[in-house]
Amino acid sequence: MSQTLTEKIISRHLGKSVQPGELVIVPVDAVMASDATAPYAIKAFQEMGTRRLWHPEKVILVIDHAAPAPNPRIGNLHALMRKFAKEMGCRLYDVGAGICHQVMVENEHVRPGDIVIGADSHSCTYGAVAAFGTGMGSTDVAALMSTGKTWIKVPPTIKVEITGNLSTDTSAKDLILFLVGQLGTNGANYQAIEYTGEAIKGFSLASRMTLASMSVEMGAKSGIVDPAGLTLPYPFEPMKADPDAHYHKVYRFDVSELSSQISLPHSPDQAVSLEEAAGTSIDVAFIGTCTNGRLEDLQAAAQILEGHHIAPHVRMIIAPASREVFNQALQQGTVEILSQAGATFITPGCGPCVGTHLGVPGDREVVISTANRNFKGRMGNPNSSIYLASPAAVAASALRGVISAPPDGSPSLQNETQEQP
Amino acid sequence: MKGKAHRYGDHVNTDQIIPGQYTKTLDVDELAAHVLEFLDPDFRTRMKSGDFVVAGENFGCGSSREQAPLALKAAGVAGIVAGSFARIFFRNAINIGLPVLEIGSHDIADKNDLEIDLESGTVTDLTAEQTYQAVEMPRVMKEILHEGGLTAYLKNHGDYDL
Repeated sequence: MSQTLTEKIISRHLGKSVQPGELVIVPVDAVMASDATAPYAIKAFQEMGTRRLWHPEKVILVIDHAAPAPNPRIGNLHALMRKFAKEMGCRLYDVGAGICHQVMVENEHVRPGDIVIGADSHSCTYGAVAAFGTGMGSTDVAALMSTGKTWIKVPPTIKVEITGNLSTDTSAKDLILFLVGQLGTNGANYQAIEYTGEAIKGFSLASRMTLASMSVEMGAKSGIVDPAGLTLPYPFEPMKADPDAHYHKVYRFDVSELSSQISLPHSPDQAVSLEEAAGTSIDVAFIGTCTNGRLEDLQAAAQILEGHHIAPHVRMIIAPASREVFNQALQQGTVEILSQAGATFITPGCGPCVGTHLGVPGDREVVISTANRNFKGRMGNPNSSIYLASPAAVAASALRGVISAPPDGSPSLQNETQEQP
Repeated sequence: MKGKAHRYGDHVNTDQIIPGQYTKTLDVDELAAHVLEFLDPDFRTRMKSGDFVVAGENFGCGSSREQAPLALKAAGVAGIVAGSFARIFFRNAINIGLPVLEIGSHDIADKNDLEIDLESGTVTDLTAEQTYQAVEMPRVMKEILHEGGLTAYLKNHGDYDL
């Protein structure tokens, strides 16, 4: 029977053909939890009475959400994770290694065709390598740590076909903000998204991660990017959806005319052309997160800021997605350009995205950010406003001190970078 | 179960249910102290144990933080009734033993008295004299909820049983 890529991946894991709506117990290839969710997962795991992990090498813990620890309470939660990892023999990526999803992809804990569950909603990022990745909560992940499997309802698939060519001053972020705006925050609730089309074939792994990561902003269970054109540092067999697969819905967008996008406060689906918000004074410019903290994102900002200095009233914060990203940016001189321009580098990790530390905005302050969510209070202060945009737009805004579109012809590097994500 | 409705709108997100900066603790009472803080700062003082949170579409969208349903449960909320739920929140709520009922479009007003019957999946608005039937959950979810959550379920069964 003809199947979507999502259905194929699930079917392969079960050794039988599945259909949307079917309730199945699937074996997974890896399970991940961060310091935001691992402490409750560890507690539940211990309460379940299990003594050993299902597969220690397939259980990955990452300290990224509040790293390094901003207070004793969080310091103790990190210590709990380290103790657990040591006792159980599982892999723990400690402070500074990077954002969980970046670390998972870079270190090949997730590969094409895999099913990987993370206790973090942006686990849909794994769709960038054509894996079925989905987020669950701590107790589900505890059960996975114990049994290596979970129950899921096979989702109906939405196909999003992107045609045309992105202009040089737009990027994967503009595309995904546009899509979230079109579908809305529950436009894909309980469903799988498959992104395909000529416009994304040339996307780097990093751009694919940008696209896949925000699938959950439409409520999707997963968001797989068609692996046509995907290059990875290891050989893989790209799976394909059957040409006559049945999709629950098909969206087609030609992005040739797409302009820079911005999501207005306080929801990612409030996406409009950036021009509509241009001129708004900003206080903070943030580049980072699992959506946009990779080398090509830092390079896009550096292209705009090279030889310039950000506006005097702006604080620019950069959190590289991983130590690997930071080291590459360091070697290439990207870090120097950005630092000379007045940007402040913070620990690779989630940084101020989750409102815990490292840049909580003040009352009435305005932030332009490359993150994926701008819910009221997301960065720790409900009296601040967050706008979401591309790295190039954040850099251009930092330079001018007001929300600004990237200058014409500024590079979108999604087709050029062949480095690690 | 009987209690008062605390009515909210559509797309109540997890940052509104429990802001990220308060989630990093294993002390559920501390989670409860900040529940719905950004959405309705007076909720904690107004609500009584056994009350229900009632909302429109897509309740619990955003993060996978299980601290969201945990905060509501620890505050004494007996259940959540909504037009629809975001999937991770729905699953998390069941996994920690907090009843969630999806009833589609409804007219339940703030402060109305509700009665919920989990066995039949009905939500009765006693004030407006109207009854709603909740969408039926998969059997595995019903059993997990019935046994008080996934931890207890797995302790009892050792494995999933569809």
